[in-house]
Amino acid sequence: MSIWEFLQTYGARIIDGTLVTAAQFVLATLVAVTAALAAALGKLSRNLAVRGLAVTYIELFRGTSLLVQLYWIFFVLPLFGITLDKFTAGFLSVGLNIGAYGAEIVRGAIQAVPKGQWEAAYALSMSPARRMRRIILPQALVLMLPPWGNLLIELLKGTALVSLISVADLMFQAKQINASTFLSAQAFGTALVVYYLLARFLITPAMRRLERVMAQRLGRA
Amino acid sequence: MRFDWQWDFAWEILPRLLAATLNTLLAAGIGYAIAVVLGLVLALAQRTPWKPLTFIVREAVEFIRSTPLVLQIFFVFYVGPQFGIRLSPWTAGMIAIGLHYSAYLSEVYRAGIEAVPKGQWEACRALNMSTRDTYLRIVIPQALPPSVAGMGNYLVGIFKDTPMLSVIGVADVIFLAISLPAAGLVRLFEGFVRRKMGM
Repeated sequence: MSIWEFLQTYGARIIDGTLVTAAQFVLATLVAVTAALAAALGKLSRNLAVRGLAVTYIELFRGTSLLVQLYWIFFVLPLFGITLDKFTAGFLSVGLNIGAYGAEIVRGAIQAVPKGQWEAAYALSMSPARRMRRIILPQALVLMLPPWGNLLIELLKGTALVSLISVADLMFQAKQINASTFLSAQAFGTALVVYYLLARFLITPAMRRLERVMAQRLGRA
Repeated sequence: MRFDWQWDFAWEILPRLLAATLNTLLAAGIGYAIAVVLGLVLALAQRTPWKPLTFIVREAVEFIRSTPLVLQIFFVFYVGPQFGIRLSPWTAGMIAIGLHYSAYLSEVYRAGIEAVPKGQWEACRALNMSTRDTYLRIVIPQALPPSVAGMGNYLVGIFKDTPMLSVIGVADVIFLAISLPAAGLVRLFEGFVRRKMGM
């Protein structure tokens, strides 16, 4: 079967899978950004309990494998009475995993904002919350965007694992097509190319654009 | 908690999980060995004067880096038989992991090589050293030490990615924890805990 015939026959399923992957990607990104921001601020907090909680989260999710975390959240949490459907468990575990890596990026960017900015905000008697929101975070955002671009590609790759708890994403569809037709090169090859296209021609340019826009808004470009 | 923890079961499976941990170590070790060598080849191939090779290797590295490892493992394992090449799960897994991480390591090496001061290259040229000698005796020995930190990160990464080999049936720790006979969820849970403690 040529690749064109293959795409004509199974194209719809590939597209279905890609849409699920895209949904997983978007939701996991939201979880990751939220978790990263919360954990980074927590790690910088003066409160020992908050800091301990943030460090525990970061080390736990950075130190173990995403696959294990996925199985824990999907198979083990129900034993503690928290039952998540597979779609939610999927993007939640990918997001929490990447969020732990993101937390270190956010923390690094916040600490890289020049000390004078902190002092100036203090001199203007801004409250800590207002200082963070109005002065520090906007500047940190510009610093942290490039590493986030790399991290989002890792996140996209991470979403492929949710197929192992049978979320019908791109990877899952490729596996199903392979199992029923044995057209492995076509099925897995197409999926590889789609992931590549998403990473190279969607995520990377979007992040570059965002970097430019944010730099302009701060008057730095 | 709605289940009771069975210590005897945890103890009973511990030896098997430890044996599987050995597989995890082995898989990570072999995969990393392939990646360390192949990564250097990929890094050097991007520095040849022959542009098409540079271009192809560059694109290949980008491709490998931006597609999921688990998909690559499936690809290597299932595509071979379609063309008459049968690979055992171990071989396919090692090729996939080795290739995936060699793409990452090639970037680490590349940064290391590019950080070697220009004067070193010029000195080699002034001493009339061959390209081979320039790389083997001057550039690579200076490029490797700064690369070690980056290489270490990926060694940790490779450990965390070996569970993916279980999808094609390599019996690493996680595979065993899932497939132990009559593993109900309770038992599965204990298996996971063992793994976390064992690692």
